[in-house]
Formats: sequence, structure tokens, C-alpha cells
Amino acid sequence: MSDTATLRAGTPQKRRSRGIPERRLAVYMVAPSVALIALVALWPIIYAIWLSLHEYSLRQAGLSRWAEPAGLGNYTDALWGDESADFWSATRVTFIFTIASVILETIIGLAMALAMHSAFKGQGLLRTVVLVPWAVLTVVTAIMWRTIFDPNLGFVNSLLGTNTVWLGEEPQALMVMIFADVWKTAPFMALLLLAGLQVIPGEIYEAAKVDGANMWQRFRKITLPLLMPALLVALIFRTLDALRAFDLPKVLTNGANDTTTLSLLAQRTFQENRLYGEGSALSILTFIIVMIVSFGYIRLVGGNIRGMTEE
Amino acid sequence: MAEIQLQKVTKRYPDGTEAVKQVDLDIGDGEFMILVGPSGCGKSTALRMIAGLEDISEGDLIIGGERVNELGPRERDIAMVFQNYALYPHMTVRDNMGFALKLAKEDQGEINRRVEEAARILDLEQHLERKPANLSGGQRQRVAMGRAIVRNPKAFLMDEPLSNLDAKLRVQMRTEVSRIQQRLETTTVYVTHDQVEAMTLGDRVAVMRGGIIQQVDTPRNLYERPENLFVGGFIGSPSMNFLAARLEGDTIRLPFGETPIPDELRGRLRGDGNARDVIAGARPEHFEDADVEPDRQGLRFRAKISVLESMGSELYAYFDVEQGHVESAELSELAADAHMEDLPTHGSGDTQQVVARLSAASSARPGGEVNMLLDTKHLQLFDPQGGKSLTVE
Amino acid sequence: MEAASVSQPTQAKRRKKSGAVGSEPRTPWWLWLAVAAIVIFCLLPFYWLINISLKTGADLSGSDIVPPSPSFDNYTSIFENANFTKALRNSAIVSLVTTLLGIVVGSFAAYALARLQMRGKGILLAIVLSITTFPQIAIAAPLFRLWADVGIYDTLIGLVIPYLTFALPLSIYILVSFFREIPKDLEEAALVDGATHFEAFRKVVVPLAAPGLATTAILTFIAAWNEFLLATTLTSSPSARTTPVAISQFTGSSQFEVPLGTQSAASVVISIPLIILVLLFQKRIVAGLTAGAVKG
Repeated sequence: MSDTATLRAGTPQKRRSRGIPERRLAVYMVAPSVALIALVALWPIIYAIWLSLHEYSLRQAGLSRWAEPAGLGNYTDALWGDESADFWSATRVTFIFTIASVILETIIGLAMALAMHSAFKGQGLLRTVVLVPWAVLTVVTAIMWRTIFDPNLGFVNSLLGTNTVWLGEEPQALMVMIFADVWKTAPFMALLLLAGLQVIPGEIYEAAKVDGANMWQRFRKITLPLLMPALLVALIFRTLDALRAFDLPKVLTNGANDTTTLSLLAQRTFQENRLYGEGSALSILTFIIVMIVSFGYIRLVGGNIRGMTEE
Repeated sequence: MAEIQLQKVTKRYPDGTEAVKQVDLDIGDGEFMILVGPSGCGKSTALRMIAGLEDISEGDLIIGGERVNELGPRERDIAMVFQNYALYPHMTVRDNMGFALKLAKEDQGEINRRVEEAARILDLEQHLERKPANLSGGQRQRVAMGRAIVRNPKAFLMDEPLSNLDAKLRVQMRTEVSRIQQRLETTTVYVTHDQVEAMTLGDRVAVMRGGIIQQVDTPRNLYERPENLFVGGFIGSPSMNFLAARLEGDTIRLPFGETPIPDELRGRLRGDGNARDVIAGARPEHFEDADVEPDRQGLRFRAKISVLESMGSELYAYFDVEQGHVESAELSELAADAHMEDLPTHGSGDTQQVVARLSAASSARPGGEVNMLLDTKHLQLFDPQGGKSLTVE
Repeated sequence: MEAASVSQPTQAKRRKKSGAVGSEPRTPWWLWLAVAAIVIFCLLPFYWLINISLKTGADLSGSDIVPPSPSFDNYTSIFENANFTKALRNSAIVSLVTTLLGIVVGSFAAYALARLQMRGKGILLAIVLSITTFPQIAIAAPLFRLWADVGIYDTLIGLVIPYLTFALPLSIYILVSFFREIPKDLEEAALVDGATHFEAFRKVVVPLAAPGLATTAILTFIAAWNEFLLATTLTSSPSARTTPVAISQFTGSSQFEVPLGTQSAASVVISIPLIILVLLFQKRIVAGLTAGAVKG
């Protein structure tokens, strides 16, 4: 049979070299990432902890010769010592900022998502428009809102007929900061929530309508519960982001008028003031606070997050 | 080509469950061996162990005389056809079929030649430059086969390759598969849950259940001499009817009548001759309307038809038999496999529903009564404990 | 998509009132209002930026909606500013290198975590994900000293390395979910066809995950371009400064000018490429951002 002759006469498969066995290949493939992360994330933090336990002379940049072990001195200073006013003020500002921003972002984001979900035409265009605030650099956002709230150049004063120097007063400065952050991230929330909304099958709503549920009931009993997983994930990420806020306060006001966040305080301490020990201690304290909040979240939310880390 | 031997092959998962238990199987060079059984019986797992896609927990796998337990799929020189075809979506048909040869660094001219030959055999020549997304289900299936045959491997392993095709196409492709295998004479191991495919394609068929091989035999022997209840009920469609019966001396007492033990069975019957309960198996095709074949030998009785299905070429008559119901683990598993475990096959108490295949010439009517004839030469008798056949060694 | 009969809350905020939509494709008036509100909300501030960037001199002290005498002076002055153009170049280099490294190294790890057998996978993935919660500041402080000692303070490479702390987890996070989407039988078919695991990865999985790789690239690039904290801390001179830092340190086009004009111009300039990216790749970006969040 000629047509099978070629196939049957083909050379038997040459035995090639054995590839790397699966388990070892897996380790090789993960190793670079792990090594890099250990180098750049874990090692610096360990170093930071070490730094925070030493006291540095203001005049010397060199490390080893002038560092004196200070035990937990930097921490106690920050928490209830000379520097504590700054620390607690920064903590307060950070938390107010976080809570206000996240709440506003969620509500506005949810409203936007619901509107976008119902609009049939131009979904792509809407999503592009909505991505603009997200795509704009945080630094640019700060500049943008500085111009808008500028007493002379901005339109807010003209709009409201006021004459306030917004960024120059408390608590207006913090309000502007919150506003800027909400502008930048509400659309991002909207996108995440929109994706969550799109997963809910339309038939469920129709069944509910047939069963006699009105708008509000449908929202409460169907939309909210089914949206909860996506909502929680978005909340966690946003909360953690907000707690670490640095770009916005630095460029908007450089921390003036009660807008200094924890990150800003820490950075200023060690870079501008060259107080490495205290700066590191502040960084570590910030770190701890963020960790506590994340653990708190995870306890609350539990299964949803674990689902992502399991195979 | 090569023989494949499984020696006490076992697959055990970390939690202790065994999907395949101590399986022994010899597959001859060039043989077409079918693994068939209900879902979860371990047939796919066994196939994947032969392919090297699953680790073998215990036992030895020998291909072509060489123990291959430790070798990966690429060293075993076998080709596999997957149930969902697993065609590379980003490559054309030609590249799909030639992928393995390219990996083996075959010369490009040789690759082209073999791909084109395979395409010719499978009638894929005009599709060579297309991508899988633009092909129909049947075409994709043929590409999957083509990918296997260009390699001239030691064996073909096929995991339910036809189950995603619609019924008519499936029948057509069945003959294709058979034809190709016969021409190429490659050892083939074929997994399916469809016993019709098993019966029509295989040189030999291994019926599996719960990770254990129940019987390995030619299709004909499986049909005529099932070694246990499970095989008897699994092979044949509609399935064998099972009835409670009693063996007393020289007589078989069935719910609808008595018959002396047929000569064919007598010699093979095991047991000590004492009276005992047994399970009798009677295939639908061994019943007949007595009025249509008045001269035929067998057990006659009257039956009231509850449901009658006409196929045109034959009739399926359903009737109830009092005191006929029988329970056993094997029968429950058969019912579960057919997804019938919740449906009643018996009425109140002890009745058992029986299906008989009658000639189209029969005048049976639903609700009416019929003179039924059972050809007892083909009766199967099983031990109620354990389900082993009493008439087959 | 089906005309979703979505019920809406009557929220007081922003007056975006929207009720249930029937199955007809007509969009009711309040929905138009809501959409218009969204568009204004998102785009007006950016328009204002452009507005300001076109104002010079005396105009910079008034809040006219349209610049009375638009001029490109701000734009020309920033491009004449060598520091700015250098910063642009630095940002480009740092972002590109970070993206490339992040994708290559991250895809390896993502594949191993998604598909290969390995002990301790779950823990590794958890660790990788938890890195994303670290406040940058905790790393910035020690690196500030470390880099000075090692000598890569105020260099581009000094930025790329820490940038990987967010580039790698981002890659891994997105790519793990993309890799998992690829049907397992494709890889098995490749193995049976004679590929090693790595060949299967290279020739089958990677081409099929191209969309995921593209998405990761875009998101990483944007994140690197945007990064400010580490850039401010770890650079001190124009030779290594990236664009966000450069902008924040602008002075006006003349000694007495308010810098807002030039800052706005610079802001517009660096936003344009990103907006173009968003326009072109909107679908990809959204897919990447929501990968795992919804399916998770």
C-alpha cells in the first residue's frame, strides 16, 4: 500500500537527551524571581530594622563609625517621646485620608460601574474615558488638582464664588487631597466592580423581577451579595494603597497644613533630615501598621483571598 | 510497533485512593486493545500511565521489551489522541501535524512528505494551511489523528477520541479509525465508555470497573461468555435482564416458569448440585414472540406488555415479572453508570421490569398479552454473592 | 451582551440616578445624564491642565476657561530644558528595562507556579502576593543607604532593581491566571509529541499567553513610569532622575514665573503617551486589572 509506505518506513524516533525533570525545572524557573525578591524586598527590610535600632549623628553620612546602638529608642521617641506629636499626627492624617478616600471611591465607583453596566452603546469608549484618570501619573494628578484649586488659576473659586486658598488651610488641604485621590481611583474601582457586575447572569434579575422584587430589593439582595467578592478584593487593594500614600501629599502640598502622611513623614526624616535611625523606625512603624490592617482584612474576608493563593 | 505489558500496575493518590489496582494486561504487537468501562473505572488513568502523563505508583510498564516507568512521555515514542483533540490553536494544520517531527529535528523535506501522506489518508489536503479554529469538529478530530500517525510511533493511545462528535459522524469515523489501524498495523490502546465502539473496533476488549479489569477477551466472548454480572450487564444494548432464580437439582426455576438445565450449560455449571438461589441473565434478543416462531425451542410463558417501542426493524417490549427483582452491588453500579439509579426498575415490592426484543412481525400491543418465548440455551447464571458467573470458567 | 435588567440604587451622591432598564435598547435620559457626568468627571480636570499649559505671562493669574492668548511657550521651554528631556529618556529606559525583566523572569516563575509540580507552591505564591502590600517607604529608607554604599545611588540601574519589587509580583499575579486558562491537554500533547517541559513552555504556552504578556507589559510599563517615591529617594541629579521627579522640581520659564504653567505643559506631555496606550489597549488593560479579582 503505497500511501502508507512512507509513514511506515519512517525512521524510529531518535532517542534524544532527557529534558530537565519537572520538579527541578520548576525550581530553576522560580529561583530568579525568588532571589530577586529576597534581594530587593526582604533584605532591605531587615536592614531597615537594623538601622532603626541605631542612632546617627547628624553630621556624618558614613554609617558604621558613628552609629550607636540605641535599642528601641527611636521607636519610643516616635510613639511617645519627642517626635510623637509628628508621628501621631501623621497617623491620624493617614487614617482619615484612607477611610474617607476609600469610602468615597467605593460609592462613586459603584455608581459609575452600575451606570456603565446599563449603557449599551459605547462601552469601549466609556471604558477608555474612565481609564484616563488611572493612566495619568500620580504626580500629574497632584499638579492638576493644584491648578484647579489654585486661588487664581483654578476654576473652583470662580465656580463657588469663594476666595479660599485651598491648599493653604486646614482642613481644606486634606479635603483637596482626598478629592484628588478619589478622582484618580474611583474610575479604577468602577472598572473592577464593572467586571464583577458583568459576571452576574442577567437571568437572575429577570427571575427576581418576575418574583416581584423592586429595584432597591434587587440591588440589595442580588447585586450586592454577588458583587461582594470583587468588592472586597478592590477594597483591600485600595485601602493598602491609600495607607501608603506618598506621591500625592508630597507634590500637592509637601505635607503642609496637616497633610503629612506616614510615608511622607518617614521619607522626609531620613532623606531631608538625614535621621536614618528615626526615619527607618518610622518606616518600620508604617510597615507594621499596614500589615496589621491587611491581617485584619484577611481575617474578616478569609476564604476569598485564600482562594487565590491555593492552587 | 511494540508490545505493551502492564504488570500489577497500580495508581495510588496521596490520599490513599487507588484509581487503578494491580492491573495485568498484555497487548500484542499490532493489536487493537480497547479499555472500556463506566466513568471513574480507571481506564483513562491507565492510558495516561502508559503515556507517561501520570506516575505509576506500583508495578511495571513494559513497552517493546523495555521497562519504561521512569521515562517521560517524550522518551516513550508513543502518540496520543486526546478527547478534546488538544490541537495547537496558534499553528496551522500542517504545523500541528509536523510539530513532533520538528521537535525531533527531522529534515524538513521528510516532514513535508509525511505530513502530506497523512493528510492524503485522512482527506485533509485542502485544509493544511488552515488553523484549527476554522475547522469543523470532524476535521479537527482527523487532524488529531493525523498528528499521531505521522510519527510512526511504537503505539497509538486514544482517549475517547470520538466522544465529542455527533452520533452519525461518530459511526463514520469509527470505520476510519479501524481502517487506518489495520493499514498501519500499529499497536493501539483505545479508551471509551461506549460499549458499541468497544465491540466494533477492538481485537480484544478489557472491561474495567473500579480500577480492576473484569475480563479481557474478544468482543464475541465478552458477549457470549461474560465472566461476571458486571460484564454481562455492561456489554450489549439494551442490557441483559437480570432475574432472581433458583437452581434445584436439574431445574432452573425462573419467576415465569421452570426449565431443565440446558445441555450447553450443564457441562460448565459449577457448584455442588445443592439447591441454591442464583441470578439469571437473559438478553433481550433471546426472547421472542412465541406466535412468530412456533417451532422454536425454549421456555414459554405469558407476559403482559406495559410499554412497546417500535424501531421499525424490531420491537422492544417491556413487561413486569413478579418476584423477579434482584439486588446486588454490581447491578447498582451498572444502574449508576447509566444514570438510572433513581429510576424505578421495579414496581411495588418485588417486581422486575424485563425488556424483550421481538421481531417486527409480532402482533404485540401495549397493555395486551403476548405468548413469550425464552431461548434458554443462552441463559447466563450468576452467583448472587459476588456476581461471578456459574457457567464460565 | 444581553440588555441587563440591572437594578440601581438611588444614591444621593453625584445625582447619578438610574433605575431598572427594561429589555429595550433605548437608553433613558437619566442614563445619558449619568454617562455625561462620568465623562465630565474624568476628563474635565485634564482639560484644565491643557488649558493652563497654554497660558503664559499675565494669563497665569486668571482662571479663564479658555486661554485668552494661547501659546506654546511653555512647551518649547520645557523641551529646551535639558533636564526635562534627559528625564524623559531616563524614564523610558527604566520603564522598558523593568518591563522586560519583569516579564521574562516573572513568566518563568508564573509558569512554574501555575503548572509544574513543586513543593511549597502555595506558600511561594502567598509570599509573592504579600510583597505587593509592603509600603514602598520601608524599602526606600534602607536602599537609600545601601545604594550609596554599593555605589549605585543616583543611577538608573539603582532604580530598576527596586522597581522589580512591584514588577515581578504584578507579572506573576497576572500571568499565573493567564497560564491557568490554557488547557492542560495542549501541554500534554506537546509532551507526548516529544517536547521537554521547557520546550512546551516556549513553543506552546508562551505564544498562547501572548495577550497576557502584552497586558502585563503595559501595566508594568505604566507602573514604572509612574513611580515617584523610590525615584525621589534614590536619585539626586538630572542624570538619573525620572520624569515624575523632574516635573515636581520645575521652576517657571522665567525667574518670576509661577511654575504651574510649565509643570502643566510637562504633565500634558508625559500623559499623552500613556493616554495613547490606554486608547489602544483598553481591553487588554481592563482584562489584566481584573484578572484574578473576579475569577479569584
